[in-house]
Amino acid sequence: MLKENVTSSETHCFHCGEDIIVRQYTHNDKQFCCSGCKTVYNILTEHNLSNYYVYNKIPGKTQSKITSNFDYLEVTQVVSKLVDFEDQFRTIVTLYIPAIHCSSCIWLLEHLHLLQSGILQSRIDFLKKQVSVTFKNDEINLKQLVQLLCSIGYEPLISFQDIVKKGQSRKTERSLITKIAVAGFCFGNVMLLSFPDYFGLGDFEREFKDFFGWLNLSFSLPVVLYSGKEYFVSAWTNLKAKRLNLDFPLALGILVMFLRSAYEIISQTGAGFVDTLCGLVFFLLIGKWMQERTFHHISFERDYRSYFPVAVTTINHGVERPIQLSDLKTGDRILIRSHEILPADAILLKGEAEIDFSFVTGESIPVKKTLGEIIYAGGRQLSGSIEMEVLKPVSQSYLTQLWNNNAFIESKKRIKTFSDTASRYFSIILLIIALSAGIFWISTDPSKALASFTSVLIIACPCALALSSPFTLAAVLSVFDKNRFFLKNTSVVEELARINTYVFDKTGTITNPNAAGLQFNGTIIDGQMQLISDLARNSGHLLSRELTKFIHKPAIYSVQEYTEKIGRGISGKVNGNYVKLGSSTFLNLPLKSSSSGSSIHVMINDVYVGFFTIRQQWRNGFKELMLKLSIEADLHLLSGDHDHERKQLIPFFEDSRKLHFEQSPQDKLDYIQQLQKEGKKVLMFGDGLNDSGALKQSDLGIAITDNINNFSPGCDAILDGLSFHKIPQFIQQAKDGVKVIRMSFIISLMYNTVGLYFAVQGLLSPLMAAILMPLSTITIILFTSVAVRLFAHKNKLL
Amino acid sequence: MNMIYLLIGCSILLALLFLLAFFWVIKSGQNDDTFTPAVRILFDDEVAEKEIEISDEDHT
Repeated sequence: MLKENVTSSETHCFHCGEDIIVRQYTHNDKQFCCSGCKTVYNILTEHNLSNYYVYNKIPGKTQSKITSNFDYLEVTQVVSKLVDFEDQFRTIVTLYIPAIHCSSCIWLLEHLHLLQSGILQSRIDFLKKQVSVTFKNDEINLKQLVQLLCSIGYEPLISFQDIVKKGQSRKTERSLITKIAVAGFCFGNVMLLSFPDYFGLGDFEREFKDFFGWLNLSFSLPVVLYSGKEYFVSAWTNLKAKRLNLDFPLALGILVMFLRSAYEIISQTGAGFVDTLCGLVFFLLIGKWMQERTFHHISFERDYRSYFPVAVTTINHGVERPIQLSDLKTGDRILIRSHEILPADAILLKGEAEIDFSFVTGESIPVKKTLGEIIYAGGRQLSGSIEMEVLKPVSQSYLTQLWNNNAFIESKKRIKTFSDTASRYFSIILLIIALSAGIFWISTDPSKALASFTSVLIIACPCALALSSPFTLAAVLSVFDKNRFFLKNTSVVEELARINTYVFDKTGTITNPNAAGLQFNGTIIDGQMQLISDLARNSGHLLSRELTKFIHKPAIYSVQEYTEKIGRGISGKVNGNYVKLGSSTFLNLPLKSSSSGSSIHVMINDVYVGFFTIRQQWRNGFKELMLKLSIEADLHLLSGDHDHERKQLIPFFEDSRKLHFEQSPQDKLDYIQQLQKEGKKVLMFGDGLNDSGALKQSDLGIAITDNINNFSPGCDAILDGLSFHKIPQFIQQAKDGVKVIRMSFIISLMYNTVGLYFAVQGLLSPLMAAILMPLSTITIILFTSVAVRLFAHKNKLL
Repeated sequence: MNMIYLLIGCSILLALLFLLAFFWVIKSGQNDDTFTPAVRILFDDEVAEKEIEISDEDHT
């Protein structure tokens, strides 16, 4: 055990746990993978914060990223939009920090005042990954605070979109919980006060009966007027639009129950149904709460604004000035520093551009651009600063104009859910039964007419029906959740069960961005591989890291005369051999148009050996998935890439006409629309911003990501890449979920029939209603959760 | 038996107090984050930790 610890601390970074490739960062006998990690460790130990490393073994995240420029945080308009509260002395700001992931993070970020005395308080909301900081204005400003956070490895993600909408959902959830509390409080009290009547009162206790009745009635007032208000509002608005939804029989039931109870209590003819009424509203609200419970820590509504910077640096007559993104105009000259995102389409004027479009396309290999070339918004500059001239304002760019499309303006039209359709017929049948019972008794025994009419409406109040959907779907949601498939809301489950057409994006969706394998073309001996590996070890470039990982040999030789041309290649003397790695221009080779994306050419002692090419790897289980899905559904592919992988993909799709390459974001959206016009229910799998339009337009858009906290475009569901092969199981589970809803409908209808049998005869007693209603509710809750779990076992999801 | 009126009144009053307390809890946002406080409470207080160390040494 001890031995294991020793080896792990030797080869892994003490701060972040990454493999140590270059052994040159040591401090206090601890090894670090990079200077970033070492700096964080230094800062923390200097301030007596080394407890950070006590609570968790490897609490840090790798620090290789270059810290961004935060000059824009000194612009007043930007600051005023970001802070929650500001007065002369203090400022409160809430920042989203994606790196928060363990208890050490909480501990460190809540002890910020030890690092900077100007910070008065910092509080973390772990699930939302937010930290709320209160600081003194005269000691520290927002920019310094953010820089401090960056220096200890917690760079906040600052964007307007996520910050603007916060707080809204919290308010509605709070009001729902308050309503539940009121209903529960009244329900409990009413139940206690009703028991004496149910058990029968002795003669001398009769005097209490009126007292209890009046108390019950007063308890029912807040339940009907406050907690149950929404049912009346919803039923009324739907009725005005000539629709009968499930809220109509519910509202009718509540109203009738209240009126009849009030009549009975005031006229002293009975105890009324106050108990059932309060219970009904209480259970209904709980069902509603189950339905509205969502994942606060995952955002499904993101668009480009969450990922574009808040501000950009402009250059005007040689003066650098940060301006808000919305103030950016055509013709402005902007400066994009290393690792900044280009916010608008622009022409490259100065510098070497190496752009990573992974946000946009999912493609992780950077693309090189030459002077005068147009670079589309959304790319991240990797090497050095570049200067550009803006061609189009932010909202009109090639990528962002997608959001002006109708698909984003209108909210998705959901097809009617099963309970919507069922409740229409239910309401009509219910009214018919109630009326015919009333009419029948008018002709035979008029005294019973009103009683039977109201009894039918009371007992048939579809409480269990209304609960079956939310409870089933919430159970399905939590099963999916355990399998790292996160749905935006419960209605997505029913949508999933109906899908018959699947559209896939290629890069990053069906290929695994983290497992891009390399392949060597040419002949090479093992010793030469060793030389290449030792040379590549010195470079921090993405491809060099991949190369070292791919060759997988321990370091033997050190490199002399090492040179690196950023974005072009590296060279050096390894064990007496002069090795050159890089692009064809770097090696002065005749330009070959390599068909399959990026390649790394190798030259040893001025002899050309061959080249490495990047080979995309399909995600785990891709073949099996396509095989299973193709049995009953239509499969399509929409890729923004060139078609050099067409041949490899054809076997997976039954028809080569369903493979489409070089698709622009708008093309993807239009293609989905075309499919929908043919009457298909389309599910879109995507991962980048360029799929946003298609994800939004499709009946169900699923974003695939390898890190739930990383970027994912606006969608209905987010799927972790690791669960990619489980898609058929998820679909089966969704179908089974709908089956469970139908079965529970039948069960609740059976309860209703039993109740109706007594109600139409005018024999329904308050006690019977008080037993039947909770009993049916509890049956439904139990049945749905057990059935969903059983199906989940069958589908191997639990 | 008139005592019952008083007792019921008291019990409802008490229950109302709890309901009001719950309203206050909701309004003050104590339920907005149900995860972090559970972790936070496990952290040792810096100063307290040192004191414990000293007292441990005293014993040995």
